[in-house]
Amino acid sequence: MGEDTESSKVNHSFLRDYVTEADVISTVEFNHTGDLLATGDKGGRVVVFQRETVPKGELEQVGETGESGEYNVYSTFQSHEPDFDYLKSLEIEEKINKIRWLPQQNAAHFLLSTNDKTIKLWKVSERDKQPEGYNLKDEEGRVKDISTVTSLQVPVLRPTDLMVEVRPRRVFSNGHTYHVNSISVNSDGETYLSADDLRINMWHLGITDRSFNIVDIKPANMEELTEVITAAEFHPHHCHLFVYSSSKGSLRLCDMRASALCDKHTKLFEEPEDPGSRSFFSEIVSSVSDVKFSHNGRYLLTRDYLTAKVWDLHMEKGPVETYQVHDYLRTKLCSLYENDCIFDKFECVWNSSDSVIMTGAYNSFFRMFDRETGRGVTLEAWRETSKPRAVLRTRRIYTGGKRRRGDVGVDSLDFTKKILHMAWHPEENIIAIASTNNLYIFQDRSLNACAHTHTH
Amino acid sequence: MRYSYQRRTCAIARAKMFPKGTKRKFSDSREEPVAGGEDVNQSSLAAVRMLSSYSLQRQSLLDMSLIKLQLCHMLVEPNLCRSVLIANTVRQIQEEMTQDGTWQIMTQALSAANAAAQCSADRLVATEVLCRQTEAAQGEQVPKPFPVVGSEGCPAEEVLEEEEEAAAAEVGMTMSTVSPQAPTSYLPGTFGMDPCWEEEETGEDDDDDDEEEEEDSEECGSGSEGEERERDSLVEDTRTAEQVFGTFEIKNPAPSPDPALEELFSDVDASYYDLDTVLTGMQSVPKMGPYDLLESLSSHGPSPLSSSTSCRSDLNELDHIMEIIVGS
Repeated sequence: MGEDTESSKVNHSFLRDYVTEADVISTVEFNHTGDLLATGDKGGRVVVFQRETVPKGELEQVGETGESGEYNVYSTFQSHEPDFDYLKSLEIEEKINKIRWLPQQNAAHFLLSTNDKTIKLWKVSERDKQPEGYNLKDEEGRVKDISTVTSLQVPVLRPTDLMVEVRPRRVFSNGHTYHVNSISVNSDGETYLSADDLRINMWHLGITDRSFNIVDIKPANMEELTEVITAAEFHPHHCHLFVYSSSKGSLRLCDMRASALCDKHTKLFEEPEDPGSRSFFSEIVSSVSDVKFSHNGRYLLTRDYLTAKVWDLHMEKGPVETYQVHDYLRTKLCSLYENDCIFDKFECVWNSSDSVIMTGAYNSFFRMFDRETGRGVTLEAWRETSKPRAVLRTRRIYTGGKRRRGDVGVDSLDFTKKILHMAWHPEENIIAIASTNNLYIFQDRSLNACAHTHTH
Repeated sequence: MRYSYQRRTCAIARAKMFPKGTKRKFSDSREEPVAGGEDVNQSSLAAVRMLSSYSLQRQSLLDMSLIKLQLCHMLVEPNLCRSVLIANTVRQIQEEMTQDGTWQIMTQALSAANAAAQCSADRLVATEVLCRQTEAAQGEQVPKPFPVVGSEGCPAEEVLEEEEEAAAAEVGMTMSTVSPQAPTSYLPGTFGMDPCWEEEETGEDDDDDDEEEEEDSEECGSGSEGEERERDSLVEDTRTAEQVFGTFEIKNPAPSPDPALEELFSDVDASYYDLDTVLTGMQSVPKMGPYDLLESLSSHGPSPLSSSTSCRSDLNELDHIMEIIVGS
């Protein structure tokens, strides 16, 4: 390509943008208390943030109650490495597809992280003491010359600087032929499920060489394949129930007590198609990209390309609520199909009280819907506006009528800035939004939002 | 971009104007050129234009979908969900075209062309891409055969030289124009193209080349695997699914790289497609079964390239350099 004279004119910003591809965040998850926040990226790394605990005295001075603090980096580790499937001569990406925390049982924290093929259980623990005074080893760990040892001492534990250790405790490999898209820890605390495009397996956390296949939708003849599994989750309270979504827009609730292989669903949630609005893109747009049980276990939240829907577990014939996330894209489906954006998989989350749902969109926008009023707001995750303590202001897409200042036109939306991954604190109004390689954390304090960001 | 805008307007127009019944007239209206008939009154002319626009749009969607299925990022396993959704879209379009009668018209015309072209059965097998040259050489080119869709056969519409066809078959790249002839690219059977189809082309497709080029060379059903199936016959479009999805199951051994093939690719004009896919295509080319390719290529001379997208070459080269620097 270029001659020598051109090398000095290399566009360095291009280089910078290129290099950070591995830093693109691919999953975000709070643990069960919300004190820890884990992110996984395309480079196979996991970064765990911990919430600062602010001493009570300071809090009272500021006039706030409860724990309030920023999230700081707690630990970083390489979870998955790029791999190679020799049988098919294909690379296996190290991108972390999902992270799920286990409920905490002792001082250590455990999380499951998965790439396309392999799930790993990691133990994150703190060490703040260290044994000192060994008889046979010196301070640096070198073996002492025995002849220099003249007396015996009992080693003691001395406090040291806090160290966070991360160790892989289990590797669950060779369970999946297709790409793993979901993992979900069961409420029994002992098992978890992993779902790929055609199968769902159930594992025991302590057993790595075996898993049970509980759903298999692979047809005998692959020619007949028309539907794949897109997401799966265990019920938050009932350890025998789980749900999985498909690319045709249906949800299946399965009861593991009914049979060993749950190919036959217990309940099928499907919204009948509106024949008037049928187009070539109807099916693609109806494909469910994420499914989440509500915290109370009574509802399901699903996201397809244009809408977010709330389903009542007792009603199979259709959702009880439908929220238009970005309906202005409905007339642009052909272009979005052309540039592949129509295949983007957006996640969706509930707030702690199941009264608000949130999901992402394009142009660094994300949407929140209040279920009680049915109203939605559009917010933006953008570095320039996210100064600490800045108030998140609502944005509007201009789709006609009177145009207000600050409205964004549909044609000026940046489709490369997509908010696919997000998480909501299990108890408080704190949200974590991933936008390419940036992580935004917004906290809601009496209607004001305070933001801070982390960049990989 | 003019092309996308045009399609948007077509989509909107179609949404407003088409009850199901009007599509029945589709195949009739296609027999007459759009511009013909000064005695047709304004409204029916507009209706005919709209119907043609719909067929244009549908055809372009079909082509785009097939391209997406073909384009392979051969290093990583393709996204099965995306492939399934695209394949379902293709099936849906094809069903509709069958209902309209468009499908039958296409296949009949092409079988006639095939008889005229006198292509041997062996040709059917090869992983060639049938492409047609743009405005300039239309009607002059001898139709070349190609398999229907299959993961190898990329039903593009412009003629490339044989080497590129092979390379393109591998990487699934194509330049396509949207036109009524476009249907010829998606056929059951390895038929050549009837030159008379090309005369119907409307003038509005010039900008399409660039658009189609800009497809992300993402994952797809792996191109080369399953060539053993292709070897034999081919060409029901249901085989698409098998080739697309079957690759995920296949444990094909990878034959050693064939130096003749690599020499072949050295002639390829890189401006046609992502260097990424060329490189990865070269890796995976050995899986194709080189002998078929060489056989089919040997007796064809190179033909001039159709309009190129050299403007993209710099960007692709930069991409390529970056990859090397970053060591990905």
